[in-house]
Amino acid sequence: MTEKHLPYENDLDAALYRPIYHTGRGYYLSLAVLVAVIVWALYMYVTQLRSGLGVTGMAQPITWGFYIVNFVFFIGISHAGTLISAILRLSKAEWRRPITRMAEVITAIVLAIGGLHPILDLGRPDRMFSLLESGRLQSPLLWDVTSITAYFTASTVYLYIPMIPDIARLRDQGGKLTWMYTFMAWGWTGTEHQKRVLNRAINLLMVMVIPIAVSVHTVISYIFSMTLQPGWHSTIFGPYFVVGAIFSGIAALLIVMIIFRKAFRLEAYLKVIHLQYLSMLLLIMSIVWFYFTFSEYLTGVFGDEPHEMEIIMYKFTGPFAFFFWGMVVCNFVIPMVLLSFKRFKTIAGILIASIAVVIGMWLERLIIVVPSLANPRMHVPMGIYIPSMTEWALFAGGIAVFILGYMVFAKLFPLISIWEIEEGRKEGLKEVEERIHSYLPSTTNPA
Amino acid sequence: MAKWAMAIDLDRCTGCGACMAACKMENNVPIVEPDEALQGRVMHWMDMITEYGGDYPGIEIKRMPKPCFHCDNPPCTRVCPVGATYRNEEGLVAQVYHRCIGCRYCMVACPFTAKVFNWKDPAWIEGASTCFNPDVSRRMVGVVEKCTFCSHRLMKVKETADEEDRPINDGEYVPACAEICPADAIYFGDIEDKGSSVYKMSGDYRASRVMEDLGVEPKVYYLVKRTR
Repeated sequence: MTEKHLPYENDLDAALYRPIYHTGRGYYLSLAVLVAVIVWALYMYVTQLRSGLGVTGMAQPITWGFYIVNFVFFIGISHAGTLISAILRLSKAEWRRPITRMAEVITAIVLAIGGLHPILDLGRPDRMFSLLESGRLQSPLLWDVTSITAYFTASTVYLYIPMIPDIARLRDQGGKLTWMYTFMAWGWTGTEHQKRVLNRAINLLMVMVIPIAVSVHTVISYIFSMTLQPGWHSTIFGPYFVVGAIFSGIAALLIVMIIFRKAFRLEAYLKVIHLQYLSMLLLIMSIVWFYFTFSEYLTGVFGDEPHEMEIIMYKFTGPFAFFFWGMVVCNFVIPMVLLSFKRFKTIAGILIASIAVVIGMWLERLIIVVPSLANPRMHVPMGIYIPSMTEWALFAGGIAVFILGYMVFAKLFPLISIWEIEEGRKEGLKEVEERIHSYLPSTTNPA
Repeated sequence: MAKWAMAIDLDRCTGCGACMAACKMENNVPIVEPDEALQGRVMHWMDMITEYGGDYPGIEIKRMPKPCFHCDNPPCTRVCPVGATYRNEEGLVAQVYHRCIGCRYCMVACPFTAKVFNWKDPAWIEGASTCFNPDVSRRMVGVVEKCTFCSHRLMKVKETADEEDRPINDGEYVPACAEICPADAIYFGDIEDKGSSVYKMSGDYRASRVMEDLGVEPKVYYLVKRTR
């Protein structure tokens, strides 16, 4: 395989092609581990299919558990990609170029995983098509089905369209899978007309994708806030969930970037400056998240409504105190300390902060779902929720599918948009210079 | 149109639990293994809420039978994604077991925790599985179920009343819990019928409904002497 020389080796951006044609031992090793985890999860799911949801730790009154927690969590992570990439593209942030594709891939994969989670949670998955045949649009669950499908469609298209020029390049390499690249490149040759159409499509999509992304997590929060349950019935939930989603999404994106820059030796493209810019965004979101959390809980505590207080105390000092304060530390204290000081803002510091945020946001989803269910308005015996092995297996399986999906994607397509880097080199510099000139008062013609 | 409602006189109720047992037998409610039941998977259509108060030896035990309240403005039917739970024109909140996809959103939305879920394949103790009530369909694993106010009894009563071309008399249609109650603490009937016992009881000075301020309009009235 290696004897045959492909044209990319003389390319300036050869490093971006290399992971597609060269596979190390570490890759196969991780592949084996991931497949093992996925097989284990599948086995556990088949057991659940055969004997019902009794194999989980859910019971009454805690009738929703890990599956719903992970559903909200994964969909939240999926906001990393498309939304951030669209915002960066829209604001013409030049440093976006090596980041956008990595972000969009996260969205496409995680959204597929997250979107399937409610099906894991169904008592009768065999009847899930009733949702399409006889779904009631009045139910918040149907709003979810609608908006997640829309988001999945939009974000996969938004991932695919800007990839066409790169796919054409891979086609021209003549290496592996040429037939697939030929099909997917849609006859791209890079003419002026094609470029114009491509740019129009990208511009249209990025404007469209932002409201869809916001609607997705808003609607997910509506599942909870539309009920009368204390702790859920809150108007702040929509924006609170969206903020949390973007927050966890940025953290996930940073983790992926740091890992793949190391694994695929992309240090020349994903520089420390990119990570630092993105971590600045993470820091801002951490503060916004704290603001929302503070408002949510202060209103509850100040109002002192008995049902509401039961749940708040369950989180502050009760069985969920460890998770609640853990969440505050992970989502606020750690990122604030690590990302505010230049001294800690190294790659290691950013990685630790990002991991903390992902854990913290998962905890947030947990403490939103479970405590409200554990303290129903009616004084029925309270329950304790201990997730079973099946639920842990499916959680691990979900993460494994994500990593596997990302790895497979990286073997087929460049993780960093080659043509956009090239465009940055050729046109971006000039364009930015002109743009900055246009911001400044004109020297020749004082208006 | 009739509107079926229930009134439970807690001053009469002895907390014996006969209503629960009768309900289980009448509606073919599955019997859950003891360890599963302890985990919180016990299935009662007619539940019993027990609250302990006071100090030893003056311990006070309050017991309160709790069926589904068949709300007039039910929060559970609103969230169902497939229309498997709905309120019919006679005010009964029904559950369609063959349509339910088991998402349990209705259970989450119910402020009274009135619904139960088939976590496992339904099972019955030996003996009980040979004498099912043929009028009530058995449920399958993975669906939500709940008290129906024994609506199968209403169908029977309706048929006889239709044949004889007369309205349903008060007390002709009662659920199993009301029928069995040894203390006669459960009243049941058409609350639109001003002559019915349940109408009279619902207007009693002792009558109130659980969490009336939620606006879900439950149709089960509790009668209890006010202590203040």
